[in-house]
Amino acid sequence: MNPWQAAALLVLAASASMAAGPAPGDPARGEALYGRCQACHALAYNRTGPMHCGLFGRRAGGVAGFTYSAAMVESQIIWDSASLDRFLADPTGVVPGTSMGYAGVDNAQERADLIAWLKQATATASECAR
Amino acid sequence: MNNRINPFAPLETLTRRRFLAGSGAVLSAGAVALLAGRPALADQHRSQGGDAEADARILNTALGAELEAIAAYGVGAASGLLRKPALNLAVQFQGHHKAHADLLAATIGKLGGSPVEARSQYEFPTEQLKAEADVLRFAAALERGAVSAYLGAVPLFGERELAKAAASILGDEAMHWAVLRYVLGEDPVPAAFVS
Repeated sequence: MNPWQAAALLVLAASASMAAGPAPGDPARGEALYGRCQACHALAYNRTGPMHCGLFGRRAGGVAGFTYSAAMVESQIIWDSASLDRFLADPTGVVPGTSMGYAGVDNAQERADLIAWLKQATATASECAR
Repeated sequence: MNNRINPFAPLETLTRRRFLAGSGAVLSAGAVALLAGRPALADQHRSQGGDAEADARILNTALGAELEAIAAYGVGAASGLLRKPALNLAVQFQGHHKAHADLLAATIGKLGGSPVEARSQYEFPTEQLKAEADVLRFAAALERGAVSAYLGAVPLFGERELAKAAASILGDEAMHWAVLRYVLGEDPVPAAFVS
């Protein structure tokens, strides 16, 4: 194999890797990442941000008793893995006017991990069963 | 189970002297400049094409978290679980959060916004707080979250002075987090970067 062929193979391999996206989310890593959210969020109760129990399948702005920005209420987002991934990457870009004044989680793998943990925790945590 | 409590009731059990000592935090030079030297912040914002409303919204979210932190430290200080020197730290850190809240509220007003007020009740997982270490871990989690929240807010500000003030608060929260980790026997600075 000449150097040009080797370089072409490397480019192809890199492209395939990029197209594949992040590895499946790791809930254990996601739990550690959730520490970043704990200035404002908790699983089972509303704080500066809304609770996360019941998140998957919930319409944005849908937690009773929590005061949302008008922008979030009007966003018509239904939270699932895909919509969370988009929002977490760029909260103020996806929902301009959101109260979540946070630049976002740039790293796709970190978002996948965080979402994996949220999915697991909101389905299994005893706090969310009440 | 999480208990709904009046977080400010415990503050009444602290001596006025202690509370005042705790709240006598020194604002950074940037923060003082923000408060004292920028009376027309909103006008400047407009003249520079900035979005004062968006900046005020970010600050209001931060203010809500600061007010909750003040309440949380009040609960911790009055829990009977903290002994000196941890108790003194809790009161001192609460004072810092009060200084942050005062600065944020004043700045939101300068931007033409309405600062959020403290809730009459907050929810805290008090049933999980059985010993001093539990209280310190709870506080450390709040401080760690605050570091990330400010880190995520800094790049969003249209007004650079606000980003500077937020970064100043971020530094203070990071020191709180490190000290709490140290008191807990953990590595106070586990990584070269915060995220």
